[in-house]
Amino acid sequence: MNVLNFAHAFFSDSAHWHGYDGIPTRFAEHIKYSLEALLIATAIGLPVGLFTGHTGRGGNALAFIATAGRALPSFGLLVLMFIWIGFGLLPVMIPLVVLAVPPILVTTYEAVRSVDPSPVDAARGMGMPEARVLLQVEVPVALPLILSGLRTAAIQIVSTATIAAYVSLGGLGRYIIDGLYQKNYEKVVGGATLVAGLALATLAVFWAASRITVSQGVRRSA
Amino acid sequence: MIRIDSVTKRYPDGTVAVDRLSLDIPDRAITVLVGPSGCGKTTTLRMINRMVEPSEGSILLDGRDIRQQPVNTLRRSMGYVIQNAGLFQHRTILDNIATVPRLLGWTKQRARARAAELMERVGLDSALAKRYPYQLSGGQQQRVGVARALAADPPVLLMDEPFSAVDPVVRKGLQDELLRIQDELGKTIVFVTHDIDEAIKLGTKVAVLRTGGRLAQFAPPAELLSAPADPFVEDFLGADRGIRRLSFFPSTGLELQTGPVVPIDADAGKLAARAATAPYLLVTDLDGRPLGWSEPDRLTAGAIDRERLLDHGRPFVPGTDSLRTALDGAVLSPTGWAVAVDGEGRAVGVVSQQVIGEAIRAAHGEVAEHADAKAGR
Ligand SMILES: Nc1ncnc2c1ncn2[C@@H]1O[C@H](COP(=O)(O)OP(=O)(O)OP(=O)(O)O)[C@@H](O)[C@H]1O
Ligand SMILES: [Mg+2]
Repeated sequence: MNVLNFAHAFFSDSAHWHGYDGIPTRFAEHIKYSLEALLIATAIGLPVGLFTGHTGRGGNALAFIATAGRALPSFGLLVLMFIWIGFGLLPVMIPLVVLAVPPILVTTYEAVRSVDPSPVDAARGMGMPEARVLLQVEVPVALPLILSGLRTAAIQIVSTATIAAYVSLGGLGRYIIDGLYQKNYEKVVGGATLVAGLALATLAVFWAASRITVSQGVRRSA
Repeated sequence: MIRIDSVTKRYPDGTVAVDRLSLDIPDRAITVLVGPSGCGKTTTLRMINRMVEPSEGSILLDGRDIRQQPVNTLRRSMGYVIQNAGLFQHRTILDNIATVPRLLGWTKQRARARAAELMERVGLDSALAKRYPYQLSGGQQQRVGVARALAADPPVLLMDEPFSAVDPVVRKGLQDELLRIQDELGKTIVFVTHDIDEAIKLGTKVAVLRTGGRLAQFAPPAELLSAPADPFVEDFLGADRGIRRLSFFPSTGLELQTGPVVPIDADAGKLAARAATAPYLLVTDLDGRPLGWSEPDRLTAGAIDRERLLDHGRPFVPGTDSLRTALDGAVLSPTGWAVAVDGEGRAVGVVSQQVIGEAIRAAHGEVAEHADAKAGR
């Protein structure tokens, strides 16, 4: 049997489509963990990245934090948090957030830093308050890059959120872990396919978001 | 009036960009800051809108220290134009221009209506309103920069090398446009350039700065050309300042000769009579527009051949054009005589290089006398 057959068998078994272990439930759980992690990571990474990028200060500290964050293995962190905190959502959220903050932070910082200084100078010279300079002059131009940082973070979260299943939580990781344990490869392949599909859907969402939010003037002149 | 009162700017790294500079910038006139690269022009300009804070000294606007009002209020009362226009690439042309009115709390509708007015004022086609900056040429972008600076009708306009990134033809257009706008609006303009010709063309007064941020001379352009304060200024003015200075002398007083001007249908008697007045005759068409020069004995009455006339060069308009244009016309003319025309292009007379030369000497003499009188001699 090859992978396609496994996948076909998994998706055509109607038992996989309802109940607490059904695809809709696991899918919803997976999206919920991912969204939560992304929101928390954004709430941390975006303001810090915007601020440091705008002032141009703290670049070195930021690079250090980012490298450290990237060096931490998510799975190791999960085990550590589990031992330390026990069951629950928190030991899952921490590694996911740690994973997602660096790309958001560093890309946002770089995006704002690399905005052409002359419109910024003109804006200040016209008497635009600093907050508006950041939000109305720098961010609209930096937006494509900022979104790409968020996109990277989101995709990493979606793929890594499978580890939630290790600490008895739900999500699409359940299929992979249970399948491996039960030697049920149908389930493993089905779960992996769903994760991959969700990652692609995430890409599509970000593509649409950038079509909507990025000004034509920025898209075309970039 | 903007008064710069012994201002010094020392950057944190120790560079003295401006050194005890004092300037009284007159209202409703163009004051140009000119000098070699790194002489502190930009620094001086940016101290006026507090983009740079002076280390010593003060700047007064209408007698009040500029530090007495909130910095953003000050900046909104001063239009600011920079070299590469610095347009917001994510905003349409109309919204770029509407920026300061919006900052001042105008409604979107009113700000845009105002922006549309400004586009017309600076000579931008209204079809460009919905475009983005990347869809405009460099010259058009610079016009948008000027319109944006003028949008809230500020009394003061600060311009830092606004036209230096465009080619010479476009630059000349932008300069003429600025002079025209200034005629209409009468702003207090501080204009930075490193191009002495631009300074002389635009400036009501020109401040020449030397490296190290010290003032070398502050004078109207004609005075700068006639009496440079020192070898630095003289050198900076470059060659042919004598010729360039003629731009400031009107051609009004030139004595024109009408004798050598003959219409193309002139009869033999007339030709013979006029031949005595000058070595060459200027032939005009029946409306009086110049056609070209000829030696009198090559002209056949009733059958003057247009093709055989010598080019008459570029005519000047007495009163409107300067002595420089008149001299240029004479130098370029194969006969050494310049052609004077009225506003409609009809020949009103001709004038020889010699007569122009006398007028130049007389003009110089008057200026010198005037200067002597002022010096109390
Ligand atoms: N932020 C700064 N920190 C340190 N030195 C500076 C800074 N800005 C300008 N300078 C220095 O101050 C001097 C004057 O600079 P400024 O930009 O005013 O010159 P400028 O006359 O406008 O020159 P240019 O024609 O090249 O634009 C230069 O020596 C420059 O290197
Ligand atoms: Mg400069």
